[in-house]
Amino acid sequence: MSRKLAIILLAAALALAACANQTPQTVEVTRVVEVTRLVEVPVEGGPTTPPPTAVPLPQGVGFGETLKRVRDRGTLICGVNNQVPGFGFVDSAGNYTGFDVDYCKALAAAIFNDVSKIEYRPVTAEQRFPALQSGEIDVLIRNTTWTLVRDTDNGGNFVATTFYDGQGMMVPASLGAVTLEDLDGGTICVQRGTTTELNLADQMAARGISYTPAVFEDANGTFAAYAEGRCDAVTTDKSGLVSRRSVLPDPDQHVIMDVTLSKEPLGPMVRQGDDQWFDIVQWTVFATFAAEEFGITSGNVDSAVASDTRPEVRRLLGADENTDLGAKLGLSKDWAVNVIRAVGNYAEIYDRNLGPGTLTAIPRGINNLYTNGGLLYSPPFR
Amino acid sequence: MATESPPARPAPLRSFWRDERVIQAASQLLFLALIAWVGYLLIGNMLAALRRQGIALGFDFLDNAAGFDIGETLIRYTIADSFGRALLVGLLNTLLVCALGIVLSTLLGLLVGVARLSANVLVNRLAWLFIEAMRNIPLLVLLVFIYQGIFLKLPRAREALALPGSIFLSNRGVALPWGIPTDTFTAYLAVLAAGLVLAVLTGLGLAVRARRSGRPQPTLAAGLLVFLLAALAGWFLLPQPPLTLDRPAIQGLNFRGGRVLSPEFMALLLGLVIYTAAFIGEVVRAGIQAVSHGQTEAARALGLTGAQTLRLVILPQALRVIIPPLTSQYLNLTKNSTLAAAIAYPDLFSISSTIVNQTGRSVEMIAVVMSLYLAVSLLTALIMNAYNRRVRLVER
Repeated sequence: MSRKLAIILLAAALALAACANQTPQTVEVTRVVEVTRLVEVPVEGGPTTPPPTAVPLPQGVGFGETLKRVRDRGTLICGVNNQVPGFGFVDSAGNYTGFDVDYCKALAAAIFNDVSKIEYRPVTAEQRFPALQSGEIDVLIRNTTWTLVRDTDNGGNFVATTFYDGQGMMVPASLGAVTLEDLDGGTICVQRGTTTELNLADQMAARGISYTPAVFEDANGTFAAYAEGRCDAVTTDKSGLVSRRSVLPDPDQHVIMDVTLSKEPLGPMVRQGDDQWFDIVQWTVFATFAAEEFGITSGNVDSAVASDTRPEVRRLLGADENTDLGAKLGLSKDWAVNVIRAVGNYAEIYDRNLGPGTLTAIPRGINNLYTNGGLLYSPPFR
Repeated sequence: MATESPPARPAPLRSFWRDERVIQAASQLLFLALIAWVGYLLIGNMLAALRRQGIALGFDFLDNAAGFDIGETLIRYTIADSFGRALLVGLLNTLLVCALGIVLSTLLGLLVGVARLSANVLVNRLAWLFIEAMRNIPLLVLLVFIYQGIFLKLPRAREALALPGSIFLSNRGVALPWGIPTDTFTAYLAVLAAGLVLAVLTGLGLAVRARRSGRPQPTLAAGLLVFLLAALAGWFLLPQPPLTLDRPAIQGLNFRGGRVLSPEFMALLLGLVIYTAAFIGEVVRAGIQAVSHGQTEAARALGLTGAQTLRLVILPQALRVIIPPLTSQYLNLTKNSTLAAAIAYPDLFSISSTIVNQTGRSVEMIAVVMSLYLAVSLLTALIMNAYNRRVRLVER
């Protein structure tokens, strides 16, 4: 009798545990691990994100609609992050700063030639896609990783990659490790149950490097143990490493190695259905790439307009009398000049937010022009 | 209305639902049915929810490649091995820490329990302080403190604290010299087995003699001596020693050679041992105090020494009181070992959490983990209950 009762109770407990796993909250818990990596993972089909069909796309959104609405409103509504230093953050003066925020400014400069005409709308990882779908924000520039599902199911389109993030590795500066091979035989702190853990295992196995993982439950535990010297290195996404390093006891003593263990391309996202808006955001990004390639900065852009003789530069800057590329995007002829004057070229944007002089310094690595061994490549302005 | 009250019926004709036995049986049945109904609802709900999400239950995924690394393994394990093997690694890690924890906490607990009854004020008060402090700190807090406050604060690997005998203390763990099996190791194992058989035979022979002669014989000591002699003879008579000593040394980033006990393992073991020892100490004290003082006085009157009194009179009687609560403490220790997850020791629960995260098979994994802990606990209880039957008072 008592044994039977015990079996039934056990079954009930199992069922309870199982049910709990089916509730939205528990599904979320399994995702929270991802969220703490600072590069959000899509909650595909997850209960927190309504299925794309449930949120009706705004009526009448079509070619040119978004630009018209932005102009009528007089401000650009930019969906940003407000918690990741270096990417999207509210500084002590209450101003939005960061790499992603600068691209909001670039867009506002392209449209209005006025970076103050932006309404920043901080969105959480869960809110961001519905906010974009419903038209609450015009563009989402919030360290969002470009994936196939997000390009399709979430009703958005990624326009370009502005920052090639990836899983990185942080080591004490005194270790002097440069490549992953230098960590052979070492111990690496990693967070449990993340894709980070799997990427690490894959990469080390592929290179035949032996290491001991020390696997912690959450980010706090991981970095606390690393700070105590329990591990030779700690791994998570580079933006996460940078952010975490700034709160370590002595940030200067730790370096983020110039290696990447996984792909996390981050970039702006627009709503599906308005190809003109897509082009505007995309070519604004390309304009910053091209400006760096041509050596045009916020400092010399005015003299370049007056005196640069390279044909493509003249077309980019609207200095060519016979070509008006801006008109094709529905913008003014000097839109690119306004962008560069406001935020500078890609290198200036990068250095301002993630450059060596900042608290959140990240080596440029592959976030460099293709001419410098990086991946940044602008199609021709013609 | 009341004018036509029916005539009182004779007792045997009373309705059956007023029969007390029927009422008792029916109420039990009803309760059982209620539980079964609730269970049915819960399981049905679970299955429906799973079907909605297009998830089929099954254990096939345990054969898939795990893809994650584990820091400490007692058996060979690579990322190409299956989830099932990863789970086995976790189970063995759990069993290791539980077995060591049970042995060490019993020894420490016995010591503390006896010290708690000592007439020496210093010993007595120290034991009291230990018990009160350890019993009243949550184990999780204790573990995090031991891990982050003690083991991670040890010097870094390169500045490791060198103890005599090539033992190194650092925040990478405790590096010990360790034996590496050589070619003759299997032969030596055979020698040890033979020695064990000889020792048991010697012990049994002496026990028989003790019974015949009526005089106590040193059964245990003689058995041990025989075993030790066999072990020593095997070690030196074989063409080469069965084990060579491998000393740890810093090489590259970490210790190489020897055996490194990780800080996570040490912290978990230490935490479990001192926490459980405090409870066991109280169990031992209660057991000893349960033996009436008259027994001690009678033993003294018979001329037994203090040690003999404790060993021959007090402990055998105290054991009867000690064993059942001691079993509970062992089970608690086993279950408390799941707190390893907080300090990164890859025990069964920690690894199962990883697997749940990677596969999303939470229902199956929780069922597996619960069954495994249940099995370990039931096995512990089984052994302890068997021992309990042996020591309990035989009443005629």
